[in-house]
Amino acid sequence: MADKAPAPFFLLDYAQRFFAVLGGISLLAWQTITGCFHRRFAFRELLYQVESIGNRSILIAVLTAIFSGMVMTVQFAVQMSRFGVKEYVSSVVSLSLVRELGPALTALMVGGRIGAGIAAELGSMRVTEQIDAIRAMGADPVRKLVVPRVLAATLVLPLLTILADVLGILGAMVAAHINSDVGMTLFLQSVLHSVSIEDFLHGLIKTVFFGFLLGVIACYKGLATSGGTAGVGRATTETVVITSLVTLGADFVLTNLLLGFGL
Amino acid sequence: MNPDESFVEFQNVRHAFGENHLYEDLSLSVRRGETMTILGGSGSGKSVMLKLLIGLLRPDAGSIRFDGQELVTLSEQALLPVRRRISMLFQGGALFDSLTVGENVAYPINEHLRLSLAETKERVEAKLALVGLPGIAQQWPAQLSGGMRKRVAIARAIAADPDVLLYDEPTTGLDPISARRINELIMSIQRELHVTSLVVTHDMASAFMISDRMAMLSERRILTPLSCEDFRQSQEPAIYDFVTAMSLDLSARPHPQSPVRPGEEGPKK
Repeated sequence: MADKAPAPFFLLDYAQRFFAVLGGISLLAWQTITGCFHRRFAFRELLYQVESIGNRSILIAVLTAIFSGMVMTVQFAVQMSRFGVKEYVSSVVSLSLVRELGPALTALMVGGRIGAGIAAELGSMRVTEQIDAIRAMGADPVRKLVVPRVLAATLVLPLLTILADVLGILGAMVAAHINSDVGMTLFLQSVLHSVSIEDFLHGLIKTVFFGFLLGVIACYKGLATSGGTAGVGRATTETVVITSLVTLGADFVLTNLLLGFGL
Repeated sequence: MNPDESFVEFQNVRHAFGENHLYEDLSLSVRRGETMTILGGSGSGKSVMLKLLIGLLRPDAGSIRFDGQELVTLSEQALLPVRRRISMLFQGGALFDSLTVGENVAYPINEHLRLSLAETKERVEAKLALVGLPGIAQQWPAQLSGGMRKRVAIARAIAADPDVLLYDEPTTGLDPISARRINELIMSIQRELHVTSLVVTHDMASAFMISDRMAMLSERRILTPLSCEDFRQSQEPAIYDFVTAMSLDLSARPHPQSPVRPGEEGPKK
């Protein structure tokens, strides 16, 4: 049996591939941003993508938010009772939803669905030479395919997050009423007293970045697909994993940045 | 204009994918208005020639000229007018699944020509009629047979009236009747639109039917292009083996000077 190459060579090879992918994604992100200002903007395709990505993601976003709100209420009610601060459950749950869990969980759940769909579609187009056909007919695949999808994800994720925040708080309210006999009006008054516009902005700004990142990464993985239908499957799976990890990492970085700016 | 002048020209082109060296010093000259067929074995790199010509790939070395203009050094933006004049039929058709047949055919019209909706619709219907598929503009590619998809792809390729048509394996995967229909369509387009055609195929029967000249891609080079009759009679080993492989004579033997590949030694005497 031949000896394996020493570990440093594996690391070098891995590092080279990592930076090549990072460079490719960065370049595509820049091309996407400049493509938004092209005189022949694909507006109809943008509308189609917003409907395709947004409309069909509403259910998963809503269910995720409702169940998250309900579970958190039940959990916090029990745990905060131990410290004698049960009256703050509504504030803690609503702030957690609006600032963190609403944006992050929506990005993870919906982003996985959106990212997989984009990567699979563009990957299939890649392996059937449809991307080459677009270039051969004098069109720019970034302008035609990537810009509408990335822009749609960037627009849709904040909108879905707003919906998720509202329904998550309503789910929490119902759980508090059923579980702890808290009056719904009292719960809502407490939420309105605790949650400020800065809290909403903190969460929504993060989702703009989440949407942009997952759109660019999914498009990059799709356009870079090779190896036939097996390659499409690989690209789709890798997209879900990568976008999830990037969302979590970006969440940490953005949270610190926004807190630094007073949001 | 001199009819023998090169309209499309490959000069000393070299190209490799990693360790796989496809072309070494590949040269070919195609005259205006002719149909040139490139033949070669599977995996020999025939399709890559077409992608190099239309700028989807860049050669590692060498020159590719179209109507006197060097293409290799052009940017993606500068290639736009070239792609208006050179159009390609991809092997599987490469129709866009999310667009109707009519939207597919209209795609190059919308990119290159500034026509009104009514003019575009009229042109789409005319091109579909030319390929023998009138009235199917509202159908989806998934509803079509393989032969019909190829014909829609041809309609899309000719929609903006190009000067050069590139056909990548136009009859591959089709039954003999559908293949014949495609061959007849290629010849009628040649007659009616006076385009220059570069066809890549390993289908010998189609090649003899549609070609003005035929060239063999062998050992990473293009052998001298020949007329159909000269190609059929050629004693060049690579060409001889290709032509005799088409024959229904099962006792036909490889050319005496052909290198014997492992596993193909044949029965011992």
